[in-house]
Amino acid sequence: MTVARFWRRLKNLYNLIGTHCEKCGEYHYPPRNLCPKCRRSSRTVPFKFKGLGEVVTYTIIHSSTKDFEKQTPYILAIIKLNEGPHLTSQVICDHKDIHIGMKVRSAFRKLGEESDKGMLYYGTKFVPLVRG
Amino acid sequence: MKSGIVSYGAYIPRYRIKIEEIAKVWGDNPNSIIDGLMVYEKSVPDMDEDTITIAVEAARNAVNRANVNPEKIGAVFTGSESHPYAVKPTSTIVAEAIGATPNLTAADFEFACKAGTAAMQACVGMTESDMIELGLAIGADVSQGAPGDALEYTAAAGGVAYIIGKENILAKIESTYSFTTDTPDFWRREGKPYPEHGGRFTGEPGYFKHVTSAARGLMERMGTKPSDYKYAIFHQPNGKFPTRVAKMLGFSGEQIKPGLVVSRLGNTYSGSCMMGLAATLDIAKPGDRIFMTAFGSGAGSDAFSFSVTDRIDETRNGAPSVEELLANPIYVDYATYAKHKGKIKL
Ligand SMILES: [Zn+2]
Repeated sequence: MTVARFWRRLKNLYNLIGTHCEKCGEYHYPPRNLCPKCRRSSRTVPFKFKGLGEVVTYTIIHSSTKDFEKQTPYILAIIKLNEGPHLTSQVICDHKDIHIGMKVRSAFRKLGEESDKGMLYYGTKFVPLVRG
Repeated sequence: MKSGIVSYGAYIPRYRIKIEEIAKVWGDNPNSIIDGLMVYEKSVPDMDEDTITIAVEAARNAVNRANVNPEKIGAVFTGSESHPYAVKPTSTIVAEAIGATPNLTAADFEFACKAGTAAMQACVGMTESDMIELGLAIGADVSQGAPGDALEYTAAAGGVAYIIGKENILAKIESTYSFTTDTPDFWRREGKPYPEHGGRFTGEPGYFKHVTSAARGLMERMGTKPSDYKYAIFHQPNGKFPTRVAKMLGFSGEQIKPGLVVSRLGNTYSGSCMMGLAATLDIAKPGDRIFMTAFGSGAGSDAFSFSVTDRIDETRNGAPSVEELLANPIYVDYATYAKHKGKIKL
């Protein structure tokens, strides 16, 4: 990731900002200009997700691209947010604890760094929900 | 003063290492270390956690506890001695992550373990003078002790955030007073990974002199005495120092008990005293008075007198308590700990 690209995406990495269609009530992540259901008659507004959801499925990555190789092995999961949308994210937990249906919450974590003198990238990952 | 604490939030990483595990590696006797420090285990950050992520998690808990509108926050100050960047503020990242940007001022504070309470004082000044409506003061650290150094037994990770304002306060700040001198008891040079310290002799002219002077100074000014307070918190680099200083000042073991979290957490440096205050607020009742004195090497102490309001009960369950954050730890061995703390370069 370049500094410029990170900076443009920063707001969406720090918080789960998507859209909500006021016509049909659907939530979208990532944000959409047009609601896929209502198309031309959609009324979408920005929406900040609470960050609560559950694991739909997951895989453990042992060999990754260069950006993530310091973090292997790590868990990559599809998470269904309580509001509806699905997204792919790292889940930070003991590998023996991860399971389908696990309740998770979003957390602010370090995503990586350019180099030992480069920029630090921060954003959203998921962790087990300890508090109900 | 009209200002007080509008909300607060804490954050502690899930991982812990036991003192025995560290002692085993260095061939030290664990029992004499545990007895000497009154610390049994300490928190360890995850590999993707640092002062910035810890500050953000604590700040989000503070915003959520009292349903604070982040756009009303006019200042974000983060106190730490482990800011990830040498140049580039932690506080701008925190402000963006909680949705407080762009109409605010921000800066990072440094003063060993009391940078967070200095940030609280700055927020009090700014809210008292109506420069801002709300100020966010954070103390967060992922402290480092050189492998094998005595500091390694206590250097821990954690953070606490306080939102200061004049309306809807859960605890009034009755007064604050500081005592500061140039005392070289502990330092870290630019670019060096681990701190240096003056060794054993520094406790008396450093910690004890400054904490007692600030505490007595505040009580003298206010005309209060230890028995006027239900609870007290003193900076806790270990369990021994705050226990001894409380006794020297005339506070009882019962008064400091709820805030003495160091035994299960370790020294969270800028978060240390503020974590003790959070743990105390978690159980405090309306009308209780709380006394706090922070200490930072270098050296200085900030003393505060708080009075808890009725609002405390409404905000009690809005964010995790310190007790909840300390519960269900995941224990790691020394090798995992060294990897988490970056002592082994990957
Ligand atoms: Zn729609």
